Amino acid sequence: MALPDLAKKPQRFTGGHRACAGCGFPVTIKIILQAAENPVVVGCATGCMEVTSTIYPYTAWRCSFIHTAFENAAATMSGVEAAYRSLKRQGKIDKDIDFIAFGGDGGTYDIGLQALSGAMERGHKLVYVCYNNQGYMNTGIQRSSATPRGANTTTTPAGTHLPGKPQYPKDLTAIMAAHGIPYAAQASMSHWNDLYRKAQKAFAVDGPAFLNVLSTCRLGWATAPEDTVDVAEGAVQCNVWPLFEVENGKWKLTFKPKKPLPVADWMKQQGRFKHLFQSDNTELLESIQRQVDEDWQRLLELCGE
Amino acid sequence: MTLSSQTKNLLKVHQQVNVNIEPNAGWRDLPIGGVIPQAGTATQFATGDWRTIRPVWSKEKCINCHRCWLYCPDMSWISENGQIQGVDLTYCKGCGICANVCPAKVHAIEMHPEDNFKDDEVVKEG
Ligand SMILES: Cc1ncc(C[n+]2csc(CCOP(=O)(O)OP(=O)(O)O)c2C)c(N)n1
Ligand code: SF4
Ligand code: SF4
Ligand code: SF4
Ligand SMILES: [Mg+2]
Repeated sequence: MALPDLAKKPQRFTGGHRACAGCGFPVTIKIILQAAENPVVVGCATGCMEVTSTIYPYTAWRCSFIHTAFENAAATMSGVEAAYRSLKRQGKIDKDIDFIAFGGDGGTYDIGLQALSGAMERGHKLVYVCYNNQGYMNTGIQRSSATPRGANTTTTPAGTHLPGKPQYPKDLTAIMAAHGIPYAAQASMSHWNDLYRKAQKAFAVDGPAFLNVLSTCRLGWATAPEDTVDVAEGAVQCNVWPLFEVENGKWKLTFKPKKPLPVADWMKQQGRFKHLFQSDNTELLESIQRQVDEDWQRLLELCGE
Repeated sequence: MTLSSQTKNLLKVHQQVNVNIEPNAGWRDLPIGGVIPQAGTATQFATGDWRTIRPVWSKEKCINCHRCWLYCPDMSWISENGQIQGVDLTYCKGCGICANVCPAKVHAIEMHPEDNFKDDEVVKEG
């Protein structure tokens, strides 16, 4: 699909929402909703996306939208999808409808993980999208299990005791793939074509699908608002955020950087890693690079590259 | 019944966004559970007044790639029949993403300080 054609389809997310200037997730929403051919019902966990897009009596959604609690977007949408299937069986609905649950990384990797795991295991036909901005941003930038090692957050403050978050992020996309669902993929708002295609596949499968989409938070990452797309692109180009999909158990790389950038180049773009370059952190930076390289090698093997 | 100015304001906002409430309504008449019965009411909330810099588009230079349309978080670029028509500043927060993603060789969008447009009536929007 060429972009001018994509723009011909009606948009289902409007301006007038109150996300920060230069926020990444509205672009993630735009690309995913443009890929849906049917009417959609969206459920959204508490977090920046929900808070900024549905401030009563305003809503930026042009489709049915349910605000769920922080932890249960997947459970709510499981119920909605089950009710839909029942109504369809009774002949009370004949339309095809797509169901989407959006959750932030906090609402997905952490507090919503069991609801998500259950929804995937029960086999509901819904697309769960984690818009991943690598931290609890709506409550003022706390660490999550998706936050990269070394990042400064309010709960892992960089200072004399701590060089930012001590742990590596967990690999949630692999955990979701391990559920044996028909489709799980990792994508970035910066690579729209890749994300669009993955969203189409997610809507098409007959069962649960999971998308983990890197979506810049320029406030929490401390980047300039105009650099939102560049920074997400940088994460892909340095292999911190590889683009891949797992379709019916088969792993496939969907993008391979020509010459991967050093991770430190990507980190230097962001204020949340600033402290790492103000004193000697060679050892930490080297171990982060080593971890990224090892993860990348493992991914290449899984993808048969 | 006399309404407080706060309630009056709330009613005005509801009417503006087509949430159906009687003119004399009180809080009991609000939709239960904070339901918003209309879709897309945020279009009534102009975020353009957040802006300190403004995108200026050159129709001549534009190659119609639509990258600005895609990457604008505030849905500000207008496309009709696959052709970019320009930018609607009603919601534009002046993030500068559009100017940044417009291909470097094309450079059809430049950001300018809002101050330069002081006398321009478009500034009154938002
Ligand atoms: C059970 C519960 N605990 C805490 C909160 C407060 N809270 C609201 S949003 C949020 C963080 C959301 O983080 P994430 O899911 O990553 O979304 P983001 O804001 O980063 O987009 C928290 C902790 C809540 N709403 N509910
Ligand atoms: S805090 Fe971050 S995620 Fe939240 S609206 Fe602002 S830029 Fe977006
Ligand atoms: S400056 Fe930002 S909000 Fe304004 S049109 Fe450009 S991308 Fe959209
Ligand atoms: S990004 Fe630049 S060249 Fe492309 S459509 Fe927008 S203004 Fe035109
Ligand atoms: Mg988050």
